Amino acid sequence: MATVIKSSKAACVNPLKLSAPLGACYAFLGMKHCMPVMHGSQGCASLGLVLLVRHFRESIPIQTTAMNEVTSILGGHENLEQAILNIRQRAKPELIGICSTGLTETRGDDVSGHLELIRQQHPELADTPIVHVSTPDYIGSFQDGWANTVQSIVKTFTHRSERRNDKQVNILAGCHLTAGDLEEIREMVESFGLHPVILPDISGSLDGHIPDDFSPTSMGGTTMTDLAAMGESAATLAIGEQMRASAVELEARTGVPYFLFDRLTGLEANDRFMTCLSTVSGIPVPAKYRRQRSQLQDAMLDAHFFCGGKKIAIGAEPDLLFALSKSMSEMGCVIECAVSTMDSPILKNVPAENVILGDLEDLEKGAAECDLLITHSHGRQAAARLDIPFHRAGLPLFDRLGAAHCLSVGYRGTRTLIFAIGNLFLANGHTAHPGQWSLPETSICEFAEKVEQPIREHEE
Amino acid sequence: MQGNLSIKVQSVFNEPGCNHNTSKSEKERKKGCSVQLKPGAAAGGCAFDGAKIALQPIADVAHLVHGPIACEGNSWDNRSSLSSGPQIYRTGFTTDIGEFDVIYGGEKRLFKAIREIIEKYNPPAVFVYQTCVTAMIGDDIEAVCKAASSKFGKPVIPVNVPGFVGQKNLGNKLAGETLLDYVIGTEEPDFTSPFDINIIAEFNISGELWQVKPLFNQIGIRVLSSISGDSRYREVAYSHRAKAAMMVCSRALINVARKMEERYGIPYFEGSFYGIGDMSESLRQIATLLVSRGAPESLLARAEALIAVEEARAWARLEPYRERLKGKRVLLITGGVKSWSVVSALQDIGMEVVGTSVKKSTKEDKDRIAEIMGDDAHMIDNMAPREMYKMLKEARADIMLSGGRSQFVALKAKTPWLDINQERHHGYAGYEGMVRLVQEIDKTLHNPVWEQVRAPAPWDENLSV
Repeated sequence: MATVIKSSKAACVNPLKLSAPLGACYAFLGMKHCMPVMHGSQGCASLGLVLLVRHFRESIPIQTTAMNEVTSILGGHENLEQAILNIRQRAKPELIGICSTGLTETRGDDVSGHLELIRQQHPELADTPIVHVSTPDYIGSFQDGWANTVQSIVKTFTHRSERRNDKQVNILAGCHLTAGDLEEIREMVESFGLHPVILPDISGSLDGHIPDDFSPTSMGGTTMTDLAAMGESAATLAIGEQMRASAVELEARTGVPYFLFDRLTGLEANDRFMTCLSTVSGIPVPAKYRRQRSQLQDAMLDAHFFCGGKKIAIGAEPDLLFALSKSMSEMGCVIECAVSTMDSPILKNVPAENVILGDLEDLEKGAAECDLLITHSHGRQAAARLDIPFHRAGLPLFDRLGAAHCLSVGYRGTRTLIFAIGNLFLANGHTAHPGQWSLPETSICEFAEKVEQPIREHEE
Repeated sequence: MQGNLSIKVQSVFNEPGCNHNTSKSEKERKKGCSVQLKPGAAAGGCAFDGAKIALQPIADVAHLVHGPIACEGNSWDNRSSLSSGPQIYRTGFTTDIGEFDVIYGGEKRLFKAIREIIEKYNPPAVFVYQTCVTAMIGDDIEAVCKAASSKFGKPVIPVNVPGFVGQKNLGNKLAGETLLDYVIGTEEPDFTSPFDINIIAEFNISGELWQVKPLFNQIGIRVLSSISGDSRYREVAYSHRAKAAMMVCSRALINVARKMEERYGIPYFEGSFYGIGDMSESLRQIATLLVSRGAPESLLARAEALIAVEEARAWARLEPYRERLKGKRVLLITGGVKSWSVVSALQDIGMEVVGTSVKKSTKEDKDRIAEIMGDDAHMIDNMAPREMYKMLKEARADIMLSGGRSQFVALKAKTPWLDINQERHHGYAGYEGMVRLVQEIDKTLHNPVWEQVRAPAPWDENLSV
């Protein structure tokens, strides 16, 4: 049971947190042929876009309403209207996602009201679904922006269905899951003869592939047809505490019952997931996963020599922090320092004494005596200063290739993670040197008192 | 918007040193220089971003962003402007204001944040950046900085450039105004010499300043101050003692060069470090300017001697690539000055430039391009990504040189691409840089991956057969 402590500093030093509108745009990028729009100054979109470009090494379609000083004061109705019309005409998206920013929220733009008016004035927009999420930069973080967006999408596009499809399940995916993680989850679900509808599905859009043609919008992801079919599913599996509100909303709207998995990293967590899939499908756990489970057990045995007692400092958004810290503590590691961005009910379950809501300066301070630092790429300066091994996890990962394919879910993903971290310990272990166990002064003095004639004098 | 900020923006738009501006009518000039952005079809950073680009390279300063998490949290430590010493400029400082601050004002938090930074990190100065939200709620950063300055006995500089005032370029210039108002002229160098110059608007991306500095040193010229690549606060503060200045990127800090000439009598010229000819021309010009300010005439001969040695060495190193790159077609998408100087350099080694962007170029730039490329010059004003993709897909160019934004347009079209913008990993300045650029072009053009990724999967091939 961890106590959550909010950092009392006025200056955030080396931010861990990313903004909520960026998390919202990221969720929209998991929708097929979607154009996310930040309703703010052009910099709001451009800075966030550059960050995602560096992480994914992909084009990132995010547009802006390009507010200027005049519209910031008079209101952004016209900019919003023009943006929507321009985007519809130029990019022909299947969905437009509007995310507000600090700028437009401070002024108090009534985006929902504006959208209604714009629809009235432009009947041609009937062919373009538009969702709006309120994401002021000064409230919440990336994970909150993502979660609120998924909830808005569920609220806007899902409905109760007369039909039931026993072979279909909904997967509500938290933002801590990579494209590689989602592929793994899809494979696990399909192995039970079930068809997963994943929302949002960034494995369709941001998995790094070469499309046949140029696309000005997201290159894949959840379709509008998928959304409409979610009401027919046998169950909803929500991954990450952040997806709880969306799962509840979805159940309330469609009657599809939900199961929440606080993580899919670790042996026990995946046992729960497998059991659930088996129950929902009525199919026993396939041999492939029995084998993978056994491989994971073996990996844990091999790695525990190097993980036991190791002190780790982790900085991540709540759900990722929980998944990583819980799994590594299950390997015998000690979570010496845990830093997160915003409060979440899951944080009390982090296996550490405290969770600090703070920044990478707090993490660096807490990591001083640690054997390993885990956080996103911005931790590189701290790791270098502390001269300790560094495992990159989360977003952004701009100084490594393959960020989209980092795998840490499932038996296989847990094994991958344990090997990666175990190898860091292995590579940075200390070898013995001759002077390492020389006797302490106290022993030598005590000994001298007990012996009348020390040997050394004898020799002289 | 605060009154003094709007006056500032007006004055920056009225830039007599800018030939773009002087060619306008009085009425046009009043309207300013900002292109009206098209909502839903705009790209590029905001003025805050521009201010950060221009000032962040001052390496020993704490750069504190007063605003919500987005402005700094999404963007810190994301440029390859290098420092030879202090790393504090790469530390992300922000007040990360919350809802409470938006309601009650963020000035107290800002003041406390400045105090914490000075106590913990003790930098020679703190730069405080205004952002949209804190500007809208009326936080007076100029007053807070003034109070903090006198309280802590250290320069605390307000950079009053919220994102909504305009685009990146305007932000560059307003950042320059901040230096003119608060920094330049506030300190004195230990000594001065007739060989002291300022280099203005060179940001040491991937070490480009270090590619040219040895050239200046070799002929006895001292770079007194760099504004702002790999600089220190004090060096910028005493830059008013230079004898001459070179202004590197015309769009970024022309106001700084011109006003320093006006205030301190420092003559400047506009030059480029890109391309062999341009590098030599820059050495000549700066030497000439220094001589006109009293440096010994022998400086000119020294410059010519070094130019002869280094040009010959560069060409000798480029020779092996002539055969390999002959006739290869380049699509060059970049801004302003860089266009013509790189075009001429690439043509020099036998490559064919099939198109170049002129979106940010002045009339002079365009004339120069026409002169270099001939009448069939393919100047591109603004190419949509889809067209660019089509052009590359149809193999109408062998390689594209551009900024990171269009990187994936090229890669998805399975076309070689080289980064020549801010985020680039290699420096391309001076003689060294030109050799490096050609080496990089050669490396990517002749990489074996192109053949493999372009080949269809065998089953697809069978189908088509």
